[in-house]
Amino acid sequence: MSTDPILKVEDVQVSFPTGGLGRRSSILGVAGVSFEVHPGETFALVGESGSGKTTLARAVNGLQPISEGAITFEGQRIDTLDRRSMKPVRRRMSMMFQDPVGSLSPRMTVGDLVTEPFRIHGVEGRNLREEAARLLTLVGLPVDFVGRFPHQLSGGQARRVGVARAIALDPALIIADEPTAGLDVSVQGEVLNLLNDLRERLGLAMMIITHNLHVVHHVADRTAVMYLGRFMEAGNTEDVFGAPQHPYSAALLSANPEPDPDKVHDRITLPAEVPSLLARPRGCEFHTRCPWVRDNCRSEPPVRHHENGRTVACHFPLEPGARPPVAETSPA
Amino acid sequence: MTTLAINNLNVTFSTEAGPLHALKNVTFDIPENRIVGIVGESGCGKSTLINAILGLLADNGTVDDGSILFEGADELTTLSASRMRDLRGPRISTVFQDPMGALNPVISVGRQMINIQYRSDLSKEEKTQRAIDMLELVRIPDARAALGRYPHQFSGGMKQRIAIAMALMMEPALLIADEPTTALDATLEVTTIELLKDLQQEIGCSVMFISHHLGVIAELCDDVVVMYAGEVVERGTTRQIFQNPRHPYTARLLECDPARQSERTRHLPTIPGEIPDLRARPPGCIFANRCHRVQPACTAPPPDAVIVDGHIARCFVANEPTEVGGIA
Repeated sequence: MSTDPILKVEDVQVSFPTGGLGRRSSILGVAGVSFEVHPGETFALVGESGSGKTTLARAVNGLQPISEGAITFEGQRIDTLDRRSMKPVRRRMSMMFQDPVGSLSPRMTVGDLVTEPFRIHGVEGRNLREEAARLLTLVGLPVDFVGRFPHQLSGGQARRVGVARAIALDPALIIADEPTAGLDVSVQGEVLNLLNDLRERLGLAMMIITHNLHVVHHVADRTAVMYLGRFMEAGNTEDVFGAPQHPYSAALLSANPEPDPDKVHDRITLPAEVPSLLARPRGCEFHTRCPWVRDNCRSEPPVRHHENGRTVACHFPLEPGARPPVAETSPA
Repeated sequence: MTTLAINNLNVTFSTEAGPLHALKNVTFDIPENRIVGIVGESGCGKSTLINAILGLLADNGTVDDGSILFEGADELTTLSASRMRDLRGPRISTVFQDPMGALNPVISVGRQMINIQYRSDLSKEEKTQRAIDMLELVRIPDARAALGRYPHQFSGGMKQRIAIAMALMMEPALLIADEPTTALDATLEVTTIELLKDLQQEIGCSVMFISHHLGVIAELCDDVVVMYAGEVVERGTTRQIFQNPRHPYTARLLECDPARQSERTRHLPTIPGEIPDLRARPPGCIFANRCHRVQPACTAPPPDAVIVDGHIARCFVANEPTEVGGIA
């Protein structure tokens, strides 16, 4: 990590107002998150629906105002920019949204869709027809697709159009929110290979949001595990997958279903429910479900341990291969 | 007895560009008390299949041929609308990917759970008790208090479990679960499928479980049906499909699962090519244009080759040995 980070996120919080008349309060969707993404690197965010992954991505892209912290992109502080000054930044940082077909306007042709970024950003002096052909070739679609409409595309093809739109303006960073949701494994492989090829050829940095751990294992250089809007653990993917130090990541990785009907799973089961953001637990916020919970976890928030590029928010980081201390009971 | 027997089902949609053959000669059974997984990519006809079973095909869709026999008595393709309404809910129920789509956000969970028992003769108190019992069965803590709460007050995993409780409330013979765990993280996914398995045992219903996630299918299902472009290309027990896939599509699909690549790789395997246009189906094998074992014979419709009893692959070469032995 000798290079300067392309994206630097420091202690970012995103709060949403809740409650009605006279009972105004707020909840933290993202509760103090820091990370860096370097050029050419793939950074993955994992966590369940509602853990704050998409909110964090939207905050990075300026679609969601942040309440605390700082976001620096290519050396420029971007969280304080207004809409107008944010626009040129978005040429360098593009976003792929979740639903492949839903994120394409149904009344525009593929040709119009992939060249729309040029029009939005007022890029002049380019032959849009040539650009459309260039982009479609880049993402592996036949050039004669320019006249098609989104409903005439398969899920994988629609995703490729989404990728073409995302790379149209030569961005430095692509944020991909669930780029493979709803695709079968072979099409999923195609989309991920495509993103990876482009990353290598164009020197892109990528931030991928997903809950597919198998995908993360293969494509991400670094991985952060999110829970209730915080990073429980972040580090090199191979380190995190090889020996998770936070109980939540350990449980997630042990739970991952595998395509082998005879596989004997040695799972760490988590008791209780995911707490509501309206009532965050005291102390360590994972303590209500942690099989390794001890007394001070219930009262004191954990200090983040930083070591060799790895961060763990736990009082008692796990040793490799650690098993829960007491015999597990089935979840009540 | 067979809960659902689908035999040679063909469904066509009329479109401006001509008829679209969405399901072609689909045959499989959902036996009593078994969990049958349906695997296939988007566009393979899973949703059309569900809609055909539930009698909810869009106006431009028709069943051209074939039968869907429910519990050996009701032919669902020709059933009257009123009889179909009697079956939907009490006998055949569904759980979808997004639990918020199943729950009304402005009515308390308890009221929704009592309302859906409108066909039952139980008293109000008994219905309330039944709702509490169901919530306890799906491990919602403090079930009585939960009745007064609204859907947004529950976490994603709990909402999906409430949707499952509501789907199973009337003890249906068949539960259709369409990607019910896709939105959950791995820990909740596993708890939800374990719960589904327990409830299925307890209620004694059959389940048709649709998922892209091969790992979940392997873990939960007794039998697997592999669909491709509106056809059932292979079906068998979960072990047969995962350990001895005989259709080239199944074999390639399993190889493509990143979970099977134990070595970390940046380049994931794929199946080159695209699904053919369903408005212009090739006369022969539907997978021939992408198949690595394609032969001259594949331009004719392939047979449903029987590997062993119950393990069937729609392929000319299904009974020939494969070079890789199936497992990647």
